[in-house]
Amino acid sequence: MEKRELTCIRCPIGCHITVELENGEVKSITGNSCPRGEEYAASEVTHPVRCVTSLVRLKGGSRPVVSVKTKGDVPKEKMMDVVKALKDIELTAPVHIGDIAAENIAGTGVDVIVTSNDD
Amino acid sequence: MTDRKADLIIIGGGPAGLAAAVSARKEGLRDILILERDTRLGGILNQCIHNGFGLHTFKEELTGPEYAARFIRQAEEEKIPYMLDTMVIDISFDPETGLKKVTAMNPGEGIFTIDAKAVILAMGCRERPRGALNIPGYRPAGIYSAGTAQYYVNIEGRMPGKKVVILGSGDIGLIMARRMTYEGAKVLCVAELQPYSGGLKRNIVQCLDDFDIPLLLSHTVVDIKGKERVEGVTIAEVDENRKPIPGTEVFYECDTLMLSCGLIPENELSNKLGVKMNPVTNGAFVNESLETSVPGVFACGNVLHVHDLVDYVSGEAATAGKNAAAYIRGEKNEEGAVINIKTENGVRYSVPSTVRTGNMPDTLTVRFRVGNEYRDTNLAVYLDGKQLMRLPKRVMAPGEMEQIILVKSKVTDIVSEAGTADHELVIRVED
Amino acid sequence: MIDVTIIGAGVIGSAIARELSRYDLDVLVLEKESDVCEGTSKANSGIVHSGYDAKPGTLKARFNVEGNKLIHELSKTLDFPFKENGSLVLALEEEGRKGIEELLERGKANGVPGLRILEKEELLGLEPNVSETAVCALYAPTGGIVCPFNMTIAFAENAADNGVMFRFDTKVNSIGKKTSDNGEAYYVLDTTGGSFETKTVINAAGVYSDVFHNMVSEDKIHINPRKGQYLLMDKAAGELVKSTLFQLPSKLGKGVLVTPTVHGNLMVGPTAEGIEDPEDTSTTSEGLDLLAQKGALSVKALPRLTITSFAGLRAHEDGGDFVIGEVKDSPGFIDAAGIESPGLTAAPAIGAYVAGIVKDILKASEKKEFISVRKGIPSMALATPEEREALIASDPSYAHVICRCELVTEGEIKNAINRTLGARTVDGIKRRTRAGMGRCQTGFCLARTIPLLAQALGVDEEQIRKSGKGAYYIEGKIKDNL
Repeated sequence: MEKRELTCIRCPIGCHITVELENGEVKSITGNSCPRGEEYAASEVTHPVRCVTSLVRLKGGSRPVVSVKTKGDVPKEKMMDVVKALKDIELTAPVHIGDIAAENIAGTGVDVIVTSNDD
Repeated sequence: MTDRKADLIIIGGGPAGLAAAVSARKEGLRDILILERDTRLGGILNQCIHNGFGLHTFKEELTGPEYAARFIRQAEEEKIPYMLDTMVIDISFDPETGLKKVTAMNPGEGIFTIDAKAVILAMGCRERPRGALNIPGYRPAGIYSAGTAQYYVNIEGRMPGKKVVILGSGDIGLIMARRMTYEGAKVLCVAELQPYSGGLKRNIVQCLDDFDIPLLLSHTVVDIKGKERVEGVTIAEVDENRKPIPGTEVFYECDTLMLSCGLIPENELSNKLGVKMNPVTNGAFVNESLETSVPGVFACGNVLHVHDLVDYVSGEAATAGKNAAAYIRGEKNEEGAVINIKTENGVRYSVPSTVRTGNMPDTLTVRFRVGNEYRDTNLAVYLDGKQLMRLPKRVMAPGEMEQIILVKSKVTDIVSEAGTADHELVIRVED
Repeated sequence: MIDVTIIGAGVIGSAIARELSRYDLDVLVLEKESDVCEGTSKANSGIVHSGYDAKPGTLKARFNVEGNKLIHELSKTLDFPFKENGSLVLALEEEGRKGIEELLERGKANGVPGLRILEKEELLGLEPNVSETAVCALYAPTGGIVCPFNMTIAFAENAADNGVMFRFDTKVNSIGKKTSDNGEAYYVLDTTGGSFETKTVINAAGVYSDVFHNMVSEDKIHINPRKGQYLLMDKAAGELVKSTLFQLPSKLGKGVLVTPTVHGNLMVGPTAEGIEDPEDTSTTSEGLDLLAQKGALSVKALPRLTITSFAGLRAHEDGGDFVIGEVKDSPGFIDAAGIESPGLTAAPAIGAYVAGIVKDILKASEKKEFISVRKGIPSMALATPEEREALIASDPSYAHVICRCELVTEGEIKNAINRTLGARTVDGIKRRTRAGMGRCQTGFCLARTIPLLAQALGVDEEQIRKSGKGAYYIEGKIKDNL
């Protein structure tokens, strides 16, 4: 039996939730005070995901970089792979919010899109 | 010196100024001008490239630039005029005419003045510098406030350092811990003087825990080493009086110290104008219309009080814009009673601090912060000694803004019983 | 062969250089730091003392009173900020009255004009925020406040305009005494920037002045550096007092001063601590706490509005007085050593005196084309509306605000970089223009100043420094290390 402690981030209360796992399966969730906490804890211990926000280099823009994000969540353990994969990407201005900066970043199946306009 | 006129001048084109402008325009106000000191609209959101904005306003999670872009687009669709690279250097009030004279300058037009019927103050805030924190040691390069570092990384694409210690667990500091890690720096720890973090839970989990960056509560920086560039900092644990405990010092070798130790509303212009200031918030005292002590001058956003979420800034600014439009239309209702809001027993301040029942909307949101971390307590609200509401609260913390909603009918019931004298509404934490 | 080499571009070296630039001489200033005003001159009280403090007959007494008079004039001809705000020495207990009377007598002996004792009522009338515990005070109407940076910079710029050469980042390692074929003494200075032969040497090396003196003389001197820490408060506190408030030393120890600065901030300091390391300009929590505690004795309520704190070093010589003059066993080597308080005030008088010695040694004649006037960097913050209009008309970048706290524009920053001995570092810009001196302490303007400096110097932003050799701000680009 594996025990995992985490802090719920669904609301400011920040419940300390304890999840008991057996062979990777959730056996019990305690400490949460609402169903949203249970949902968060379950997904956080089995397949935690994050949206990654970062920068890529920009040629010909008003600034040397432009902000980007993963269009959807990527597995938490892939966060650093995503930013590393962005290292060699260079876009050329103009760029607009929603433009695709990179497809299937770091093999996650998720695209990276531009989040600022630079004309 | 060219002299102009405008119905409404909005000082600041960040999230507050933009939302105020759009809201005033939707109220039918035509003659609006936004004065922005930066080279583009959007304010500090342009450098907040992380996500988490807009859950309340747009029901989706946006990054700062995306959130700003939505308001910029609205302002452009509404054809609201704005001037960039323009610094307001003075405002004065003429009690005879009620006009506000705004003096500003920019490289294209030099110095000019505008006579405005109403002004919305939306200048935002600045960061508390190292000096104000009394951190001893040398004064080398490599000490940045977190927002300055954020500008360098996110706007200029340059690294302010490679090995970082962060003092203060305000949201910008937490966000920068993750940003620096993503961009190739090593963040050694975040030290926090208080026994609790000033930032959002979500940020502690996703910006620190995700990267195994330790959060040292009740710790502070007691020495900075390095005469030219930072070479390291010494961190010590503090006692309940926030004084360093001898013998607990640990030296961290690093090239950068980032400070995220609080934000201060930028009210230098408000002071020039003679606006009455609240020493707790460092922002103006405002009434239910978000109007300051100077008639026709409104305030919203972080210049009024430091917010935790930009969504609340937008909402507050929309209220200011709407009320400024009403003021310009001459819809001032000075009738009804005046209720002074008193905060005590853990509640540090409230915005607004007075309510004129004649101008009160059907429901009025009152926002405030508590001064400590409270668990399993109640928020109690009394009007003229009668309990108006009592809300059980699981957790309240200084880092998160609280609010209550006053219902006009309930308020006027009590107030009209008591006659027309001044009234007192008390907000307090109770067991 | 250079005629005169000055070691140190602090206020003393710069004041001497300026006075020497009146003569037909080749003058070289060697400075180990990257700019003028990088040592003691940048971190002191900025007070123009009236001159009652030093013992009659000392060099301190003489040059203080002379220097005070000169600064009144020079602040106009060389265009640096100075204000005669008057100073008060407070007796905070009845036993202090005797000490106040002694100071009055000493001041009279030193020739200080206008001194008188104020009783409590008159004192509180003049300064309503002075502590109620004050019994009486010595009032010195000729006391003043000055911008130590711009005073030093003004001297140096004017010297440079008159042909004096300045070499920065050049540290003197050793001094050799030589004799020429015709029997005249000269010196060889071995530095990090090469070797220089010079007929005369002026030792204005601040806390290092004993080191250079002792290289050429058997009659040794010893500098015991003393650290002084300061608190600088927001301009919102700047009007707490009009005068500079000193505390009469008492059984509680040497007091600290509370003063408005010439730019309108409030300053409290200094501590006085003997230290070993002549580079130790660190502040300490004990020091900062002590200042808040002692400063609070002078006024009814000391605001808690600190925006920055700093420490400076005083070159205290064991003998207690300035050491000024030609070294007996080294003709042509002239000391301006052991210059601690009231050194800033004394600087122009020391400058004229030392220049006089050199002039006699080298039998120099005055230049015809000496430029006596220097114009400072215009300040949009202080300019009248008409002056502002004119500045913007001359260059629209005077309407582009870079430092919002102190209202410093791009025009001023460009001026600071492009002028004689222009700024090469962020601190250099800060001291010349006040960009970054305000309540946010460079929070907003740093990221705007660095690109302006990089552009003007034609280098990448990574090359821009705060001040010293390794004081870089930027460590590469994003993702370089991934």
